Amino acid sequence: MEFKVADKAKKFTLALIIVGVLFTAIGIFMNVGDHHFTQKFLTNGLINSFFFFGIGLGALFYLALAYATESGWYAQIKRIIEAVAGFVPYGIGAMILILGVITVMDGAHIYTWMDPEVVAHDEIIQAKSFYLDKIFFWIRTFAYLAVYGIFWMGFRKRSLEEDKVGGTDIHFKNYKKGALFLVFFAVFSSTSSWDWLMSIDVHWFSTLFGWYTFAGIWVSAMVVMVMLTLYLKKLGYLPKVNDSHIHDLGKWTFAISFLWSYLWFSQYMLIWYANIGEEVTYYIMRIENFKALYFGMFLINFAFPMLMLMSREAKRHAGILTFVGLIILIGHWLDVYIMVSAGSMGANAHIGFLEVGMAVLFAGVFIRVILMNLTKAPLTPVNHPFLDESLHHEI
Amino acid sequence: MADQVIYAMYDDDDVLKDGAKKLVAKGVKVEEVFSPFPIHGIDPIIGVEQTRLGIFAFIYGLIGLTLATIGMRYFMIVDWPMNIGGKPSFSYLENILSFIPISFEFTVLCAAHGMAITYLIANRTLPGMKAQNPDPRTTDDRFVMELRASQNKQFTAEELEALVKETGIVELEQKTI
Repeated sequence: MEFKVADKAKKFTLALIIVGVLFTAIGIFMNVGDHHFTQKFLTNGLINSFFFFGIGLGALFYLALAYATESGWYAQIKRIIEAVAGFVPYGIGAMILILGVITVMDGAHIYTWMDPEVVAHDEIIQAKSFYLDKIFFWIRTFAYLAVYGIFWMGFRKRSLEEDKVGGTDIHFKNYKKGALFLVFFAVFSSTSSWDWLMSIDVHWFSTLFGWYTFAGIWVSAMVVMVMLTLYLKKLGYLPKVNDSHIHDLGKWTFAISFLWSYLWFSQYMLIWYANIGEEVTYYIMRIENFKALYFGMFLINFAFPMLMLMSREAKRHAGILTFVGLIILIGHWLDVYIMVSAGSMGANAHIGFLEVGMAVLFAGVFIRVILMNLTKAPLTPVNHPFLDESLHHEI
Repeated sequence: MADQVIYAMYDDDDVLKDGAKKLVAKGVKVEEVFSPFPIHGIDPIIGVEQTRLGIFAFIYGLIGLTLATIGMRYFMIVDWPMNIGGKPSFSYLENILSFIPISFEFTVLCAAHGMAITYLIANRTLPGMKAQNPDPRTTDDRFVMELRASQNKQFTAEELEALVKETGIVELEQKTI
């Protein structure tokens, strides 16, 4: 079945973009003359680039996971995963742009280790200067983005080819490539989050940080895929996607929310218990400046999915899933917001027109892109070997 | 109370499923199906109620959480407060982070064990209990459908037998229980 972007959706995304631009403009206007402005603007650029790129990346990871495990049930919703993963190239562009600008500006007070003056007076950064070096940083960044981009293009190309030729050759090739992607992703998801996010708090480090960030992008990707599936089903597309597919997606959302909460808590509790000066600074800064937001964000992201998605009926209920999905999507945006801006802006960060405006602008573009991606291929894969198994999926 | 029971044996789960569909469409009530493995999609056909094990799991979990909290508060705060890592145990709430892992573990422990035991009791499969399946071959490669005369009073025993025989059975057994 061919998908056409409904006029309503076009208007909605356009409205989001216009509101986003408007709010951003108001935000810029209000901040004229503020010497923190450039830093603030770039911080928001980094937050949103990473958050939405992360959603695409989470979907790409999920696709690779399905390939590597030779899952059958997901075949009916494969194109939805691909549509979300199709944001990866745009996300790569956004990341290169924002990281490029920040690098040219010697870190723009976000990555203080890029500023030679700061480094000269900071022994801790000097000790890390082998790893936190502009050139090495860009070698790594290009490696991550190139690997993600190349794998995405390969997955998409073979997926469309499979529609034409059928057979199982492509399936087994996907199986190998999916497994290979997971190997790369296992390393790169950790190291890229150290480079892009953890190095903002340059004196601090945590070995759990990579998994924590990864769980965050995975659950964000999960809720976007759930909501997109429900949206398409509501419009009458995807007649073969049944309650059990929705139930499975709901279970994933539930489970990954727990994974995220578990990792957040593990990192927090270990640092709280050990109480070592160089480790607790990270949390002291966040608790001093963002107490309500930081713990509120954790409670929302943990308690909402736990209490609301616990029962079987709730995981099959479109209204409940969408409600929880929207709430925790905002919750995970706040997570990234605090991760980045507490390190770069400290006490100067607060959510105003600029923050909301840029997030809404990115969201508008993001939704538009994934809807456009859906139009580019049949909504149900034509020759996927597990199509029949997925059709009879029942749990 | 004496009841006439028909045990219809199949050698393929799909044949059994199709047979059950046909029988139910004709208004026959299928009491039970015995199978060596779960047959996907049989529950809605023969009208098995949705399991309530999940509700029990939730209750057992809450019991575990409560027990763990009461226990830890008594051991660590009331009875013998200790100073661990510069965090004196004067208040449960202020030290709650160190108690969360145990609360979690104990919740899971109680939920899992409670659920397993409830499951065994509900199925009457606790060790030492008499087996419920009519034929030992249903634990190997055969599938048995159980029909009761008392639940199918609109049919005579002969009619019921004739209906069952149309569904591709390999053996038929009648019993009075």
